[in-house]
Amino acid sequence: MFKVSREVIDTMAVDVKMPNVGESVQEGVIHKWRFKSGDFVNRDDVLVELETDKATVEVVAESSGAIEIIKKQGETVAIGEVMARIDTSATAPAGGAKPAAAPAPSAVPITPPAPPTVTAAPPAPPPVTQASSMPLSPAVRRMTEEHGISPGSVHGTGKDGRITKGDVIAHMEGGAPATAPSPAPAMMRASVPAGVRTERREQMSLLRRRIAERLVHAQETAAILTTFNEIDMSNVMKIRNDYKDKFKEKYGVGLGFMSFFIKAAVEALKTYPAVNGWIDGNDIVYHDFYDIGVAVSSNRGLVVPVIKDADHLSMAELEMAVGDYGKRARDGKLSVDEMTGGTFTVSNGGVFGSLMSTPILNPPQSAILGMHKIQERPVVVNGEIVIRPMMYVALSYDHRIIDGKESVSFLVKIKELVEDPTRLLVGV
Amino acid sequence: MAAYDVIFVGGGPAGYTGAIRAGQLGLNVACVEFRGSLGGTCLNVGCIPSKALLQSSEFFHHAQHKSAEHGIKYQKVEFDVAQMMKRKDGIVSSLTKGIEGLFKKNKVTYIKGKGTFVNANTIKVATMDGSVEEHTAKSFVISTGSTPIELKAIAPFDGKDIVSSTEALCFEKVPEHLVVIGAGVIGLEMGSVWLRLGSKVTVIEALDRVLPPMDAAVSAEMKKILEKQGMEFMLSTKLTKAEKSGKKVKVTAERDGKPVTIDCDKVLVAVGRRAYTDGLGLEAVGLAPRKDGKLDVNHHYQTAVANIFAVGDVIDGPMLAHKADEEGVAVAEIIAGKPGHVNYEAIPNVVYTWPEVASVGMNEEEAKAKGLNYKTGKVPFMANGRARAFGETDGFVKIIADAKTDRIIGAHIIGPNASELIAELVIGVEFSASAEDIGRSSHAHPTLAEVMKEAALAVDKRSLNF
Repeated sequence: MFKVSREVIDTMAVDVKMPNVGESVQEGVIHKWRFKSGDFVNRDDVLVELETDKATVEVVAESSGAIEIIKKQGETVAIGEVMARIDTSATAPAGGAKPAAAPAPSAVPITPPAPPTVTAAPPAPPPVTQASSMPLSPAVRRMTEEHGISPGSVHGTGKDGRITKGDVIAHMEGGAPATAPSPAPAMMRASVPAGVRTERREQMSLLRRRIAERLVHAQETAAILTTFNEIDMSNVMKIRNDYKDKFKEKYGVGLGFMSFFIKAAVEALKTYPAVNGWIDGNDIVYHDFYDIGVAVSSNRGLVVPVIKDADHLSMAELEMAVGDYGKRARDGKLSVDEMTGGTFTVSNGGVFGSLMSTPILNPPQSAILGMHKIQERPVVVNGEIVIRPMMYVALSYDHRIIDGKESVSFLVKIKELVEDPTRLLVGV
Repeated sequence: MAAYDVIFVGGGPAGYTGAIRAGQLGLNVACVEFRGSLGGTCLNVGCIPSKALLQSSEFFHHAQHKSAEHGIKYQKVEFDVAQMMKRKDGIVSSLTKGIEGLFKKNKVTYIKGKGTFVNANTIKVATMDGSVEEHTAKSFVISTGSTPIELKAIAPFDGKDIVSSTEALCFEKVPEHLVVIGAGVIGLEMGSVWLRLGSKVTVIEALDRVLPPMDAAVSAEMKKILEKQGMEFMLSTKLTKAEKSGKKVKVTAERDGKPVTIDCDKVLVAVGRRAYTDGLGLEAVGLAPRKDGKLDVNHHYQTAVANIFAVGDVIDGPMLAHKADEEGVAVAEIIAGKPGHVNYEAIPNVVYTWPEVASVGMNEEEAKAKGLNYKTGKVPFMANGRARAFGETDGFVKIIADAKTDRIIGAHIIGPNASELIAELVIGVEFSASAEDIGRSSHAHPTLAEVMKEAALAVDKRSLNF
């Protein structure tokens, strides 16, 4: 929720302005008003959903009163622009809204804006959300309030797209909407209406359009190439087995593979700085810091929060960051800033079972590392066939600034470091 | 040029409701019915007359057995079967006339007579006055319903002593001993009527439980309660013969391989109903009913002949008036080019015994058989203040919900006014409600409906008053 600082135009009306949601955000598009002009709104009611190219933002009412909408759905608004006005002299309809929870200060109040809760930008299509005018069922209301979930972010599978309790549970688990079991005894199904093979047409959200534009932009501007290698995970798995209990006990977080790969990536980036750089016009920008984007799956799709200064973090700190981002991504609680920046990205398609893929660049970055599923495979070691836990890795890179030799060497470096993590310690 | 857009053949719940809906949608519609009155089995010889008799007999039963507890004493309680029948007939007649009024209001042409297909666009109607007329239509809807199953070989109907539900609604006097074949809905309802009016009632059922499609807990409770009321059950017993023997009817059955004989006055055969398409001339349009008499239809209720539809008891699904009328409406909408839709997951099923039984969705055995992970909440009416005040504390509410999503997958009520109470849970199922949704909705106090709230809370093991 985002509380808009309000200014009293006269004694009666309060402006609802487009909030400042993050440093890189200049404007937003009004996605949906939850009220129509003339409606009585309560303080803290969510008034409007705004889409920026980074995230969806909800703006709540700072005062109770009758709302007059100025900017319509679909209109673009700049930061600070007035979107609506609330007439605070209006009284709540009988039996309707309750008065403002806190007594309004008599002087012109200056409420510092609370930090916004921002829903992570989803590369997946926005879910069909329950029409905002539809009231929530009691259990859904309880669960969304208890867990701080925005109902708009939950995919509704009930009648006419209503949100069921099962949908909220599925949302929290970050999975697909729960398909409830069919409670009907075996009988004829005539539940498919006429014109069975229907199709649906929905306007793409601003977010989706931006993502689509960016992906195409990346494909069009960068000369993307992918190089592959494979990694014997035996040593990492042994270390993990040996220390996972102690690690968990000490840091309260599991020892995963991600920290090894991030560590290895940072070392490799130090060796091949172009991979950590990007093109800006006619310049190449090299970064002497290592902000690693970690692709995390959320119910709204893949989001890429950024672990800043990854080179300064310990294994435990990296694992904690990854875990924290994963959880908050699922809850839709990542902030815009947390998803901005990043000089290199690590994406683990292995969690979904992918054996091999060609990741796409996250512009303006120049490279992305794709991790995959670990699979036991026969490999030849010292002339003998042995079974080893193997992982294919892929590096997609922008050939404009990274040469083939560099990219291949970069990936080989990661392979060497992960296959023999002692190198990380020794620094060779 | 077809005279009508659509003709419904059969004026029962499926046909008359569908015809009205078609009229509302601006279609030129007619409805053919040969019974002489609209409303089909339900209104004429089913749901409505049986409820009239159930109510009358329950009042008598109450006066006899339950009023004393309330401190009400009658010197002498009597009943008059003829008056009960007269009242029942009056209700039926006023309701069927009401449908004729609705037909007029919605511009539905009522064709009185027996319809027989000539071809896929023409129907020949032998009218009540003896003439034959032909009507053409772009579409037809077969809504001819069902008829009681007759056990021709072992217990042929004689219209007097070995009868179907139709005659059991019109006994002129109370039979001394009534044997009911089949412990299903009709058997238990009609058995209850005559039991309350003084008959000895013996119910013979081939399966090992009463109300076989209901939840097992409900079946067991029902049997216990009806036995308390004096009904006798012979379960796992197979009828072998029912025949007149002097003034009595001799019933022989087989139980555990051993023969049993009962001498009684009347036998009601209530072993189910069969789709009715006799004399419809289906062969003229190239349609043939299945072995069980039903017609196959697709999702649009279309038969193998594209412009001939079928709804109600003649197609698959439970033989229920409210299922039939939903389908009648849906087919009218489909024919009018709209998306007609019936949600078969949210159709309630009711038994009007006392206490009543009502259910929606899956029973526990079905949930188990499907391998679902579920939770149940069960609360007795005994724990409910209103039920106590009412003096009707038999029965319980049982809610079955998905263990993970909490979505209600089945609800089962046995208790006072269960038929009315179930509506709340039907709406719940229709809207994919969780048990918690019901548990968190305010229920007026004191009401019987509170038991449903408590049962919903009990799903999560947190009922407050039980």
